[in-house]
Amino acid sequence: MIIEHPLLGPRDSAEFTYMGDARLIDRPDASSETAARDFYEYGYLRENPAGWHDELWFHEAGDRSWLVVTRNTLTHEISKVEMARDVARSRGRSK
Amino acid sequence: MSQVNRLSGGQIDTGQTLQFKFDGKSFTGHTGDTLASALLANGVRLMGRSFKYHRPRGALTAGSEEPNALVELRSGARQEPNTRATTTELFDGLLANSQNKLGSLKFDLLSINDRFSNFLSAGFYYKTFMWPAAFWEKVYEPIIRNAAGLGSLSLQDDPDVYDKGFLHCDLLIIGAGPAGLAAALTAGRAGADVILADEDFRMGGRLNSETFALGDHSGADWADATVAELAALPNVRLMARTTVIGAFDHGIYGAVERVSDHLPTPEANKPRQILWRIYTKRTVLAAGAIERPIAFENNDRPGIMLGSALRTYANRFAVAADKRVAIFTNNDDGHRTAADLHARGVKIAAVVDVRPDAPRSTDYEVLHGEVVNTKGRLGLTFAEVRLGDGSTRTLECGALGMSGGWNPNVHMTCHQRGRPTWNNDIAAFVPGGELPPGMSVAGAANGDLSTAGALTGGVAATTAALKELGFKTKKHTLPQTEDAPVNLTPYWYVEGCKRAWLDQQNDVTVKDVQLSHQEGFRSVEHLKRYTTLGMATDQGKTSNMGGLAIMAELAGKTIPEVGTTIFRPPYTPTAIGVLAGRHTGQDFHPKRLTPSHKWATEQGAVFVEVGNWLRAQWFPRAGETTWRQSVDREVLATRKSVGVCDVTTLGKIDVQGADAAAFLNKVYCNGFAKLAVGKTRYGLMLREDGIAMDDGTAGRLAEDHFVVTTTTANALPVYRHMEFVRQCLFPDMDVQLISTTEAWAQYAVAGPNSRKLLEKIVDQDISNDAFPFMACMNTTVCGGLRARLFRISFSGELAYEIAVPTAYGDALMRKIIEAGAEFDVTPYGTEALGVMRIEKGHAAGNELNGTTTALNLGMGRMVSKAKDSIGSKLSEREGLNTADALAQVGIKPIDPNDPVPAGAHLMKADGPVDAAHDQGYATSACFSPNLGHAIAIGFLKDGANRMGEKMRLVSPLTGVDVNVEIVSAHFIDPEGERLRA
Repeated sequence: MIIEHPLLGPRDSAEFTYMGDARLIDRPDASSETAARDFYEYGYLRENPAGWHDELWFHEAGDRSWLVVTRNTLTHEISKVEMARDVARSRGRSK
Repeated sequence: MSQVNRLSGGQIDTGQTLQFKFDGKSFTGHTGDTLASALLANGVRLMGRSFKYHRPRGALTAGSEEPNALVELRSGARQEPNTRATTTELFDGLLANSQNKLGSLKFDLLSINDRFSNFLSAGFYYKTFMWPAAFWEKVYEPIIRNAAGLGSLSLQDDPDVYDKGFLHCDLLIIGAGPAGLAAALTAGRAGADVILADEDFRMGGRLNSETFALGDHSGADWADATVAELAALPNVRLMARTTVIGAFDHGIYGAVERVSDHLPTPEANKPRQILWRIYTKRTVLAAGAIERPIAFENNDRPGIMLGSALRTYANRFAVAADKRVAIFTNNDDGHRTAADLHARGVKIAAVVDVRPDAPRSTDYEVLHGEVVNTKGRLGLTFAEVRLGDGSTRTLECGALGMSGGWNPNVHMTCHQRGRPTWNNDIAAFVPGGELPPGMSVAGAANGDLSTAGALTGGVAATTAALKELGFKTKKHTLPQTEDAPVNLTPYWYVEGCKRAWLDQQNDVTVKDVQLSHQEGFRSVEHLKRYTTLGMATDQGKTSNMGGLAIMAELAGKTIPEVGTTIFRPPYTPTAIGVLAGRHTGQDFHPKRLTPSHKWATEQGAVFVEVGNWLRAQWFPRAGETTWRQSVDREVLATRKSVGVCDVTTLGKIDVQGADAAAFLNKVYCNGFAKLAVGKTRYGLMLREDGIAMDDGTAGRLAEDHFVVTTTTANALPVYRHMEFVRQCLFPDMDVQLISTTEAWAQYAVAGPNSRKLLEKIVDQDISNDAFPFMACMNTTVCGGLRARLFRISFSGELAYEIAVPTAYGDALMRKIIEAGAEFDVTPYGTEALGVMRIEKGHAAGNELNGTTTALNLGMGRMVSKAKDSIGSKLSEREGLNTADALAQVGIKPIDPNDPVPAGAHLMKADGPVDAAHDQGYATSACFSPNLGHAIAIGFLKDGANRMGEKMRLVSPLTGVDVNVEIVSAHFIDPEGERLRA
C-alpha cells in the first residue's frame, strides 16, 4: 500500500508500523466517576468494520509521525491521511 | 537420431546448434528452442511421469501453463526440481532429468499405481489410511512421502544470488502479444514512462506462433519491428523473461525477472533472478488466453497436446510433434491448427469436430464425431473416434491436438478479490466486476480473441489510461490483420468417459469430479480441496474450467452459477530464493555492532545475537574449556574488584522540554515530577491494560532534560509508545523525544573498585558524597571529552554507567581496561550480566513477560495513586489484585547439586502435581558462583508470604522434579549496602 503522508508525500506502507483503531486517541478521563468502565471499554472494545476505518500508523522508518489513516478494510483504498496530533487536538486533547 | 521432427523456418537460429542431455542421452537443438521443443524435434514425446498414477506424460502445452513436462534441471547445487520444459530456454550443455519415477522413465516401477487406480481415487488418503491409527506416522506417511512430491531437491545451498528491486512507471503493460505491443507503441510514442513485461524470452506472444500477416509483415516480423521501435524509446523499459506474478494494493505489482535462467550459470556479479516491486499509475493487462483441452478416455498420453501448442511448435520452433497428427475440436480454431500443420507438410490424420456443421477442407478429412479413447503405452499411436452416425473409426496418429476454446487470462484481475463474469459467446470467464484500481484489460485477456481485436483493444485501453494521466496520444494506423469471429460449441468431456484427465499434474479425472459430487462436495472450493483439482503448481490453468463445467452439469447449474475458485498470486511458481533476495544466512537481518565490538573481537569474545545486535556473551580466557568457567570467573572478579560491560544496546531516549517531567509522569507508573536535577530514578512503564511493558531508568540532567533508558529488546516499541503518548494523547505538552541509542556508547563499570577506576578517567569528583547512589550528571572524561555519568547498578555492586559519544566508544573501552589494570578489571558479557542480576533479584525480560503486573513484580506500591499514568487505572482491576496474586520470589534447591531450571513449575511439596494445582513458575535461572549452587527467580501465588516454604519444582516435559525452598529473590546483599558504598 501507499500512504500519502501529509508532510512527506506518498510513502510505501512498509515504512510504517500499524497500531489499529484511531479511537485510541480518545483516552478517557481517569478522574471521572465512570473511569473504570471507560478504561475497560477504551482498552478492550473495538469496532471491527468491514469498510471505512480510521487507523493509527506510525512512520517508524521515516519522520516518526503518528498518522490517522482512513482506510477501507475491504479494498485497502485510503481516502484521507492526517497528522494524529492534529486529530487529537481537534478532538479536544491538549496536555 | 538427430532432430527427426525438425521443420524449416521458425524463429530459431539453426546456425547455432546446442548440445544437451535428457536422462543421460545426448541431443541437439538450436538457439531459440525450449527444452520441450528440442525434445520434440528429436522425437522425444515422453518427458515425465504423473504425480499419482505414474502414467507416462509429455508436453501438453508450449507455455507456462504446462502441467506435465516437469524436469529436474541442472545438476549439483543448482539442480532445480519441477522446472517446466516448455519454458526452459535451451542452452549449450543443458542437463535435464525426468523425475517422479522408480527405475527408468520408460519402465517406472511405480506405474503399478495405475493398475490400482480404483483405490487411489479422490480422497483416497482420507479413506484408505484410517486404521490402525498408529500406522499413520510409522507406515503410511513415510510411504506416501516417498512416493509423492515430483522432483527432488539437491539439499545443497543455492550458490546463486537473488535480488530485489523497485521500479516506478506511468503505465505497466503485462504481456507483449499483439495487444501489449499495440499498447506499448501508443504509450511509448505519447512519452509516458512505460514498462512492458513478458514472461517469454521472445516478445510477440501468439504473433510468434501464428501464420497470419499484419499488414505486409508476418506477425513475428511485425512484433520484431515493434520491439525494435520500443527499444529505441528512452521512456520504455522492455522486460522480457519477466513474469508479473501478482497485483497488489494501490497499483503495486510483483514481477520476477529471470536474469540468468537461460544461461548455464549466471554471469559474474549478476543475480539469477530479480523480484521487482513495480509502482504503477496505470496498468494494461494484456496477458492473453490459454487454450483448454477436452476430456476423453486416456487423453493424457504423450503426443496429445493443445492444438495451439502444436501450432506454436510448428510455426515458432519449426517442430512437428509427430509426422501424423489428428485434431479434436469444438471450434474453428482447431481447423487453423490443421491448416497450419498441413501447410508445413505434416500429415493430418483427420480433424474430428463435435459440430455437425464444421467447416470442410479439401486438404484433409473432417469428421463429425468425438475421440473416445486412445492407445499407445509410452506415446500416442491410435485415436479411436465415434462418428456422428454411431460408427467408430481408428486413426493412426502420433500427436493429437485438442481445441476446446480459449480461457482469457483473468488471473491478475482477480488478485484483489474481483470475480470474473461469464461470456457466452466464447464460453469462458472474462474480466468483470471490480478490477484492481488503475487496471484495464485488453486483447485476448479481455475476451477479444482475434488479432485485430487485440490491436484495437490495446490502443483503446492505453489511450483511456493515459488520458486520465494527462497524456495526449496520437492516432496511429493499425495494420490490417486476422479478425475471425469465434465459432464454438461448448464441449467439455466425452459422454461416458471415466479415466479422462482434467488436471494432469495432480491426476484428477472426470470420474474423480463425479465421485466428489456423489459424496456431497457441492461448493467449488470443496471440490478443489477434495479432488486436489487445480492445486498443483500449474494452479489448474488448463484444468479448472473442465472441472467447473462437469460440476455445473451434475448440479444442474450453469457454469457461472458454480463460479470459480479464487485466483491468488503468484501467477506462476516462484522460487523461495527470489522472495528472500539477499536476506539469507548472515544477511537475513541487519547486524548492529556495539562500539566496543572491535575491541571485544580482539579479546576473543563469544557473541550472541540480541535482536539485531551482536553482544559479547562472555570472554573466554586461556585454559577455560566451558562457558561456565568463563562466566563464573567474570562474575566473581566483578563482585571482588571491578568489571566492565558494554550496555550500549539498552535503548536511550532523550526527553526534553518544559513538560518533560509531566510527560514522564504519564508514561511511568511511578512519580517523576519531584525527581531532583542530578538524580536518576528507576521507572516502570505499564501498558494501558495494567500489565508491565518495560522498565529502565530516567536521569534528570536539567530541569527540562531527562535521559530515559529502556531494555535492549524494547528500545523500539517503547520509543513508539512514547511518541504515541506525546502526539496522540497529550499533543500540547512541550516535550520532544529523540532516540539516542546509537549516539552514545555506554559502559557499566561495576564492583567495589569501580569508583577507584573511574576516578582515574572522570574529570570531576565522584566521591560518595559528591556523587551518591542514583546520581547522574553531564561531565567530561580524559581531560575534556563530554560524557554522561550515572550511578546506577544492575549487578547490585557499587556501579556506574558511563557514556561518551559513540565515536569515542572504542577508545573509552581501551582506556577503562588500561586504567583498570591495577584492579584486575574484568570485561564481562551478557551471561555474567544475567547471573548478577538474578543473584540480585532484578526483573528483566523473563519477568516482564507480557503477563505480569507491578504487583506481581513486587512493585505494586510503586504505582502512584496520586496521579493518572498509562495503565494505572486498569492495574486496579479486581482480577489483577487477588490475595493469591503471583509474586516474585527466589528459588533455591534443597540439595545444592540440583538444577532449578527456568520454565519449570512450582507445586506444593505434598500436593498433586498437575496443571490444576500449579502454584507458579521459575522465570530466570543460573548457577550462582557466589552461592555455589543453582538459583532461580520466579513467580509464586502469594509468594511474599511463603518464604521458607519447601516445594517441588517440576517440568514433566524435561523430566525435572526438584525439591526447592522459597527464599527472597535478593540472594546477594539484600540490604543494598554495596550499591550505596
